[in-house]
Amino acid sequence: MARYILRRIVYMVITLFIIASVTFFLMKMLPGSPLKAEDKLTEEQKQLVLESYGLNDPVPVQYVRYLGNLLKGDLGISYNFDNTPVSDILIDRLGPSMQLGLYAVLVGTFFGIILGLIAAIFHNGFWDYTSTIIAVLGTSIPSFVFAGLLQYIFAVELGWFPVALWGEPKHMILPIIALAIGPMATAARFVRTEMIEVKGSNYIITAKAKGLSNLERVWKHGFRNALIPLVTVMGPMMINLMTGSMVIEKIFAIPGIGEQFVTSVVVNDYPTIMGTTLIYAFGFILILLVIDLLYGLIDPRIRVTGGGK
Amino acid sequence: MDQKNVNNLPKELFKPLVRKEDTSEKISRPSRTFGQNARRTLFKNIPAMISLVVLILIIIMSIIGPFMNKYGSNDQNLDHAKMPPRVPGLEKVSWLGFDGTLSDELTGATVEQATQKAYMRFNNEEDYIDIKVISDGDGSPNSAEIKATYHIYKAKGLEDTYYWLGTDQLGRDQWTRLWEGTRVSLIIAFVAALLDLVIGVAYGGISGYYGGRVDNVMQRIIEILSGIPSLVVILLMMLILKPGMTSIIIALVITGWTGMARIVRGEVLKLKSQEFVLAAKTLGTSDGKIIRKHLIPNISGIIIVNTMFTIPSAVFFEAFLSFIGLGIAPPKASLGSLIDIGFDNMQIYPYMLVFPAALLSIIMIAFNILGDGLRDAFDPKMHK
Amino acid sequence: MSKLLEVKDLQISFNTYGGEVQAVRGVSFDLNKGETLAIVGESGSGKSVTTSAIMGLLPKSNTQIKNGEILYKGKDILKFSEKEMQKIRGKEISMVFQDPMSSLNPTMKVGNQIAEGLIKHRGLSKAEAKEKAIELLRKVGIPKPELRVKQYPHQFSGGMRQRVVIAIALACNPEIIIADEPTTALDVTIQAQILELMKEMQKDTGCSIIFITHDLGVVANVADRVAVMYAGKIVEVGTVDDIFYNPKHPYTWGLLGSMPTLDDNESEELYTIPGTPPDLTNPPKGDAFAPRNKYALEIDTMYEPPMFKVSDTHYAATWLLHENAPKVELPDAIKKRIDSFLTKQQGGNKQ
Repeated sequence: MARYILRRIVYMVITLFIIASVTFFLMKMLPGSPLKAEDKLTEEQKQLVLESYGLNDPVPVQYVRYLGNLLKGDLGISYNFDNTPVSDILIDRLGPSMQLGLYAVLVGTFFGIILGLIAAIFHNGFWDYTSTIIAVLGTSIPSFVFAGLLQYIFAVELGWFPVALWGEPKHMILPIIALAIGPMATAARFVRTEMIEVKGSNYIITAKAKGLSNLERVWKHGFRNALIPLVTVMGPMMINLMTGSMVIEKIFAIPGIGEQFVTSVVVNDYPTIMGTTLIYAFGFILILLVIDLLYGLIDPRIRVTGGGK
Repeated sequence: MDQKNVNNLPKELFKPLVRKEDTSEKISRPSRTFGQNARRTLFKNIPAMISLVVLILIIIMSIIGPFMNKYGSNDQNLDHAKMPPRVPGLEKVSWLGFDGTLSDELTGATVEQATQKAYMRFNNEEDYIDIKVISDGDGSPNSAEIKATYHIYKAKGLEDTYYWLGTDQLGRDQWTRLWEGTRVSLIIAFVAALLDLVIGVAYGGISGYYGGRVDNVMQRIIEILSGIPSLVVILLMMLILKPGMTSIIIALVITGWTGMARIVRGEVLKLKSQEFVLAAKTLGTSDGKIIRKHLIPNISGIIIVNTMFTIPSAVFFEAFLSFIGLGIAPPKASLGSLIDIGFDNMQIYPYMLVFPAALLSIIMIAFNILGDGLRDAFDPKMHK
Repeated sequence: MSKLLEVKDLQISFNTYGGEVQAVRGVSFDLNKGETLAIVGESGSGKSVTTSAIMGLLPKSNTQIKNGEILYKGKDILKFSEKEMQKIRGKEISMVFQDPMSSLNPTMKVGNQIAEGLIKHRGLSKAEAKEKAIELLRKVGIPKPELRVKQYPHQFSGGMRQRVVIAIALACNPEIIIADEPTTALDVTIQAQILELMKEMQKDTGCSIIFITHDLGVVANVADRVAVMYAGKIVEVGTVDDIFYNPKHPYTWGLLGSMPTLDDNESEELYTIPGTPPDLTNPPKGDAFAPRNKYALEIDTMYEPPMFKVSDTHYAATWLLHENAPKVELPDAIKKRIDSFLTKQQGGNKQ
């Protein structure tokens, strides 16, 4: 198991290195510099500015310096925002993004599991159809459409919640709901299928033959077996969630990483774009690793054989 | 049959049965091919069939929709900016929202104050604003409430003009832009899905069929590619490429084909070792014939289903990219860019958001339901 | 001998998309205390459905019990509520399933799976139940039970898992154990071990066993009495000797004839049954076996044969036993087969 984790971490570092390098060279291909047309600088002043960013050095030198800085957690200096270090900008913004994402995952999977279990227990009944419809709508409709709907109804028309911004709990409710609907639908769908399969499995019949009641069967034998595989869809689910959070942050003007990315794109602030990209990449890969290890921990079949794949 | 009857049975019945034909091997069920079964299951799936019809209608509208009125997608007319939807006939049914009016509920300390607010909101065109008092108020802040309805078409002297879905901030006809945007979104989705399919099937098929070292090398490449989060790749691609349809398609295909390739490889590997393929091989069937006669028919179902789910995800990504400002750039329209503009004007002109958002959702839902239906249709367990 | 279980004219149908499948069409048999009854038949003959009905394991949604009663100690358990059935299952009647690979919960420790029934039915504490589970594992021949009790099913081999399943069935000292093809999914060498284990357990506990199988070879080993099922009916029932040395139903002949033995010489043909069992959505008129029966009579196409009594212990449902029926000799192949059984047995006895 330790060897497996080690190997995964080595892979992760390699992937990150590739992403960092590719991002760096792609950004070098793009026009754009800290110089702004409206600044009206003399040639000498321009050179000074470029020098301060280290942009006069040959590209390989810049590349090595960039990688070295990365190791120190230094993501460079923003072309905008009064030349603040990118890492400072992003650290401030990490909080809201992680809060939003974490709550959305928790809320989404929790209600998704409940919805899926209800659907499976009342298989082919009214609740099954209702939850199936909710699941289809939730997986199909993009989160930003939900966000718009919620924002219009509950913030603009009814005025129950603030339209935008972040900080107090009342700010968080609408964005979390908008972002949680996707994971909820995915989880509901998945849990329903798993639970129906588990309900028909032989070990549930064995449990019935032992004299256990329906509730005992579902509780002791059904849940665990139906929920463990849910971890496998958590990866794609989290990735969708991070994609979704980018637009949700924009819509609700939440000061998070995604909103920063969108703003930086508009003003061509390349160091910040690179920094955000790397943070996203790191987040994705870390989440996938954690989920993989988690799955190995909670499924006894994988735990003992030492993480099969 | 009780004991007494048994003893009274006629003797002639007790002679060996003469059989007219051998009935022991009779098959009592009609036989259907797998394709027939799949089609039957799909046709019986009512939601999937409705989705199919809806999608066909949307595709037809995306082709002919822009030509159904006289406005072009880029005909700007700032005098006609932000006109609400107005449809001949339907305009008489006020609650449908196609009557060409803007309305809002406003509050103030007194009715007069609220009315003044309404006038300010709607360009001071007092003659064309109907005020309906909802509550008179007692002088305290925001106690009075009125509903103001602004007849903007009349105010601008455009009694004979109809913008079916209204206009945007530059006075462009939303109907035309909506269907042109749909066309752009669908073309991106279909082309991206098609390229995913071609590249994925070829790559996965070769990797799976030849196996061994070829497979090993090809799989390592896929592993590295899919280790990089696709969102990051797509965003980077969109940054360095010029915004537009081709760029979105390239960005989507670069990350998208690996999924198909993995599925196809897995299926081919599975099928390759199955007895009927081994049997064909032992009988000396050529590689080409095995691929055509045994592999393709057996994996076509999973390919179709997977493609069917690629399309809505491509529609989503186009909308997503355009929405965050990396996709289709104005003056061209796409569902995503229309929604982006809609969000900016949502508070006062909700119609600018409602129609593209609703259409995008319908397209996504229909493709997903149809995809589910196809998956069931190709699942032998679901055949009835 | 006292009758522990009586099944009377049981009729069970399934509602499917293709129509109503009459899976069990009037089955009657009884089970005495301490005996082993084997129910033999090919797949789809209704043997598993019958025993599932005894356990109350049939899915309620699409099953209809159209007629009949199942008397356990004189009470009709078909009329029992779900609550009352829960007290029967595992405690009075328990079951060993066919596939040990899937009949254990993969994410639950083996010990807990055994202990569950004990806690539920015997009211034992967790610690007591665990002690008992270790004891049971030792009893069914699992080495190092103290260690094994904490392991998960995937850490056991197929045969070992079936021993665990047997331990679960034995946990509460049930009166009846229903074994539904318990050896079919196992390797031949393991099969013999499991059969031996079941015989031993029966000797120990004095329980009755209903043994479902399609393999007559297994029957000869374990059963006291045999019921042969075909197309949802019992066509012949008798002691092992009745069935093996004096079979009356042509279907039984077919079953005996299809058993390959080592001393078959090349000239001897297997006596086989042609064709496939009938479609039970639409069972044929008369004797369901007639279309496959070489010895079918005209009457077979009109009336179903009743159970004819051969001896006090031996009954068979074939018109060939009717007084008016032509005398049909046992096919030679079957005769030889029976002779070989006899000589083998005598040989066995001499040893």
